[in-house]
Amino acid sequence: MNLRVTVSPHIRGKDTTGRIMTDVIIALLPTLIAGTLIFTYRALLVTAVSVLAALAGEFVYHLVSREPGNLKNMSAVVTGLLLALTLPVTVPYHIPLVGGFFATFVVKGIGGRLGHNCFNPALASRALLMLLFPVGMVRFTAPFGILPAGNIDPADIITSATPLHTMQMPALPRVELTDLLLGKTGGCIGEVCTVALLVGGAYLVFRKVISLRIPGAYLLTVALLTLIFAKDENVVAWMAYSLLSGGVMLGAIFMATDYASSPVEQTAQIVYGAGCGVLTVVFRYFGLFPEGVTYAILMMNGIAPLLDRLFARRIYGAKKG
Amino acid sequence: MKSLFYGGTHPPQKKELCLKTPEPLAAPAILTIPLRQHIGAPCKPLVSVGDLVKAGQKIGDGEGLCVPVHTPVAGIVEDIKEMPYPGGGTVLSVIIRNNFTDVKDNTLTAHPEDTVFSAEELIRIVREAGITGMGGATFPTDVKIRSGIGKVDTLIANGCECEPYITADDLLLRERARDVLRGLRCIASVLEPKRIVIAVENNKKEAIAAVTEALSSFAGMVCLPVPTCYPQGAEKQLIMAVTGREVPSGGLPADAGCAVFNVATLAAVCRAVYEGKPLTERIVTVTGEAVREPKNVIAAIGTPFSALIEAAGGLTEDADKVISGGPMMGIAQNALDAPVTKGTNAVLCLSRKDNREVEHPVCIRCGKCLTVCPIRLQPLNMYLYAEAKNAEELQKLHLNDCIECGCCAYVCPAKLPLTARFKEGKRFLKEETKA
Repeated sequence: MNLRVTVSPHIRGKDTTGRIMTDVIIALLPTLIAGTLIFTYRALLVTAVSVLAALAGEFVYHLVSREPGNLKNMSAVVTGLLLALTLPVTVPYHIPLVGGFFATFVVKGIGGRLGHNCFNPALASRALLMLLFPVGMVRFTAPFGILPAGNIDPADIITSATPLHTMQMPALPRVELTDLLLGKTGGCIGEVCTVALLVGGAYLVFRKVISLRIPGAYLLTVALLTLIFAKDENVVAWMAYSLLSGGVMLGAIFMATDYASSPVEQTAQIVYGAGCGVLTVVFRYFGLFPEGVTYAILMMNGIAPLLDRLFARRIYGAKKG
Repeated sequence: MKSLFYGGTHPPQKKELCLKTPEPLAAPAILTIPLRQHIGAPCKPLVSVGDLVKAGQKIGDGEGLCVPVHTPVAGIVEDIKEMPYPGGGTVLSVIIRNNFTDVKDNTLTAHPEDTVFSAEELIRIVREAGITGMGGATFPTDVKIRSGIGKVDTLIANGCECEPYITADDLLLRERARDVLRGLRCIASVLEPKRIVIAVENNKKEAIAAVTEALSSFAGMVCLPVPTCYPQGAEKQLIMAVTGREVPSGGLPADAGCAVFNVATLAAVCRAVYEGKPLTERIVTVTGEAVREPKNVIAAIGTPFSALIEAAGGLTEDADKVISGGPMMGIAQNALDAPVTKGTNAVLCLSRKDNREVEHPVCIRCGKCLTVCPIRLQPLNMYLYAEAKNAEELQKLHLNDCIECGCCAYVCPAKLPLTARFKEGKRFLKEETKA
């Protein structure tokens, strides 16, 4: 009789990393479907390139580093998917290709392996793409247009001002709020349809993959700041457009909640979410670009470990105060 | 019902596998009595090879933090040597060949029910009967009583039994609630607490009913059903649940005005005081998916695990692990020859189906370990620095406050061996501070 000897505990819960990643993918499906309906099947092609490049980056990293790892836990798929959703549908295909590979090979792999990379791979990669391909990254097309499957000559793209461009003027966008909720507007593949994002977020909260602390603090802070410092007489409308335009929803629900790059202590998570909100509004109001979500979250990623230290709970039996 | 302490988790209880009344198990022909069955210094043998011993005779004792050991049966001392111990490694043990004469040793006296004890008298009786904590930690009971004198306002009988699978204390309360209360009354008479509580997890309805019924003839005690949540039975968590107080880091329960005794320990105190019997047998739950007929047995201390498993119908084909204790904190055995000791509340046999370990686990920083840690530690960061052997960071993260309950490793979706690394890390810290 061969008895196995291991250290306690001898039973383990049902949750697995693969299950969590699958839940995130499921939560992103409504947004991907909405993006495809709004921006044609080209959205799917961009996503496919990004996901495959991310898988390739992870595969090559494990090959080179000889660190044990497997693609089965799906985290590379999540990274590729998230990156694709932050791209305009018109991007030439080398952008998701470079971005997907960079996200997993450099940010996640060299940056410290799954779980220990300090920056959100999708957003860090997006920040790089903004530097390398500034033109392709901001070419937004109107919803429900007709797009070819192959690469598009930039000259052929009828660009459309996104609501955020209008707000940078500053002025209230000439889009109905209901259209912003449904995604009938220009923008990145995964940021326009608020309803789909909220459905995905609700699923993640319901499945206990994420808590409301980070997205809640993030969105409330943006709401509060845009209400107090509204750039339009109709302060409530300004706040509503601020929340529903651009990448705030995608960022708050899917990016700021990335496990590896966000704090784990509960109070730290609230501070972190609020910090993301403050920086987003600051970057939007004072930055060169109309959007600030990417850089806001990346900067907060950098101080996440510090927040975990500052806001560690008092341990049982330690002196109070 | 929300748990009354921070964190914790809800592993499947599996108690329904084994709710049978404990049946006495005949003592085997050969018994192995470890000379250290408690936290502290080992006993020195008081017998030599070839000696004839009586049932209940003291065969080992020592100085310092030490509790004597007794032989459950009459017979001949066959050998005194290092033998496997269920807690791991080997311990110097007295091997007794049972001669089945059952000649009794009458050194201890049975006291009448109305005896009034001084603290010193009771402490002496408890020590001479070889009583240690029987919930698993095996702290010497006489030392615990002494440490509580003049400091304790709340006396707690711990009948929580929060580990899955185990039902030994549950059945003890159903069958012998009165004895538990008699033992509790003895200790209360010397500690003079303001409040006496019998805490039982609310999944043990019949045990609670039995205690409540027995309480009718005891004044000044209450039964407190507590929410079922692992590790409710851990001393620090139970004190929090009952009094709302915390035991200071590095301190004793008495520093929080509390003394906690496991219910089986109290039944042993009752037996020692009123029947003059030392601690030489206990209820053991033999259970798990990998044993054919799970049952509770009353086993003589020194009976090998193999005899208990045989009494429970033997192991199944797909047996994977045999554990001394529960699935959350128990010790896996590499063979079945370790004996039942004073702290053995269960022999748990798990099948391969229960194995959810993975190769090369990688932390994804989901943070679930933080939310279940009853001490509010940061298990994921402790793991990181334990792997890196970084003593300074481990101290900053209060590794030594970890109670090794296993909640973090249980919920970890990546299946990291968190508790295993923390045990290694504590040993590493000990060596570092020595150096």
